[in-house]
Amino acid sequence: MRTIHELLSAAKEAGVTLGEIALRWQMKESGETEAQLKARMQRRLEVMRLSVQDGLSPELRSASGKVGGQSSLMVGENNRFGILGKAGAYALAVAESNACMGKIVAAPTAGSCGILPGALFSAQEQSGFTDDELVMALFASAAIGRSIALQASVSGAEGGCQAECGSAAGMAAAALCQLYGGSNEAVCDACAFALMNMLGLVCDPVHGLVEIPCIYRNVGGVSQALAAAQMALAGVRCPIPCDEVICAMKAVGDAMPSGLRETGEGGCAACRSMA
Amino acid sequence: MDLFDVIGPVMVGPSSSHTAGAARIGKITRNLLGSQPVHAEIGLYGSFQKTYQGHGTDKALVGGLLGLAVDDLRLRDSLEIAKEQGFTYHIYKADLRNAHPNTVVLDVDGDDGRHINVQASSIGGGEIVVNAIDGLEAGFSGHESTLIITYADTKGMIASISGAVSAAGMNIATMKVFRRSAGGEAMMAVELDGVVSPGLLSFISDMKNVYHAVYLPKEASD
Repeated sequence: MRTIHELLSAAKEAGVTLGEIALRWQMKESGETEAQLKARMQRRLEVMRLSVQDGLSPELRSASGKVGGQSSLMVGENNRFGILGKAGAYALAVAESNACMGKIVAAPTAGSCGILPGALFSAQEQSGFTDDELVMALFASAAIGRSIALQASVSGAEGGCQAECGSAAGMAAAALCQLYGGSNEAVCDACAFALMNMLGLVCDPVHGLVEIPCIYRNVGGVSQALAAAQMALAGVRCPIPCDEVICAMKAVGDAMPSGLRETGEGGCAACRSMA
Repeated sequence: MDLFDVIGPVMVGPSSSHTAGAARIGKITRNLLGSQPVHAEIGLYGSFQKTYQGHGTDKALVGGLLGLAVDDLRLRDSLEIAKEQGFTYHIYKADLRNAHPNTVVLDVDGDDGRHINVQASSIGGGEIVVNAIDGLEAGFSGHESTLIITYADTKGMIASISGAVSAAGMNIATMKVFRRSAGGEAMMAVELDGVVSPGLLSFISDMKNVYHAVYLPKEASD
């Protein structure tokens, strides 16, 4: 199950969702039962939920004092754009919690940890999905994230922010698409759209810290996930197969100068006011 | 890599490499020492040296040395906990050659008088490599059940130790051997499938020419 194509073929043959085929793969891999694995993923979902609550506290401040406490501004009356407002607020909350040494689930990394929770919990509040449905969406996105990690990278130092927030956005788009009943092909298209639209994004942390611009990129990432899932669910087909977009991301990452790969030298990190 | 490596680990932020990896290095070093640490000299190299405060790398290393796991929120307050427990530490800039950018050198004293020197690197995603123990090359991840055995470099030692492991019905996944000099002190890092029994550990510890054997259990899945 190295490629998205292999995932799709296996799911098609078994006549099940990508989440289900991912769960079956993990059962073989670790020898655990379906119930054990679902319970493990449910515990991760619970940590994600707590990290949203933790991050929404207005009092939070990071060690540098530069970030924290901002996501609380985005909820309530200040929310003007429907699900995007909530998704963005929750993504920022988790990213702020992370910057402030809160407990989070790396998904796929700590720097991009807000995107999946932002997508999942805003969708749950809007459409009433059960936790079980969210868990199965997480299995689908985990299988897709694993394929990205195997074919390209999910490390900002290797592939730039496209590899961290880009991968998280692709995983979140896939999760949303499965939740809203998209076909397996649509789920993979959703991932491909999100990756495609975040291609080339550099990793440029100010002072090398997981703060600026990382926490705001989580909001950008979840908005890309929503847009990608919206396209795929409406039946817009991605003209480039997901595996090819993943390989393009790898090639773009390889071509990125090291100053734009988590060294804190270029991009936002080089801005005068951030010195 | 399995699906819980992708959606995971559960960890205290902000960085899988600079925080979670650092905490794991601290905890593994504590387990290698085998007693309560009372003092640590902490040498930071590369990116660890430049950004440790903003990433809580110091808190994570100290917390790990005090036995805290990567998802333990007490990592935030580990420097205060260290004070309460009478654990002291000193951070300095380590000057290393050909080391990974996120590398730390720990010199730790235990309350039983034991001392250990560990060099380890955090290689991304919370994954680590223990490069060396007391100057002997190691190269293990701490993920699997691992036996670390120091012994006098003599004929047949590798065969006797692997024989003991096999007799206990265990399978060796990887094995790395390094010696200071021919006939000098040698070390073996053996990663195994399954759990090492106290009986096997004491059997190996009591073998002729074995100085010391430590068992690092496989990390429990959450």
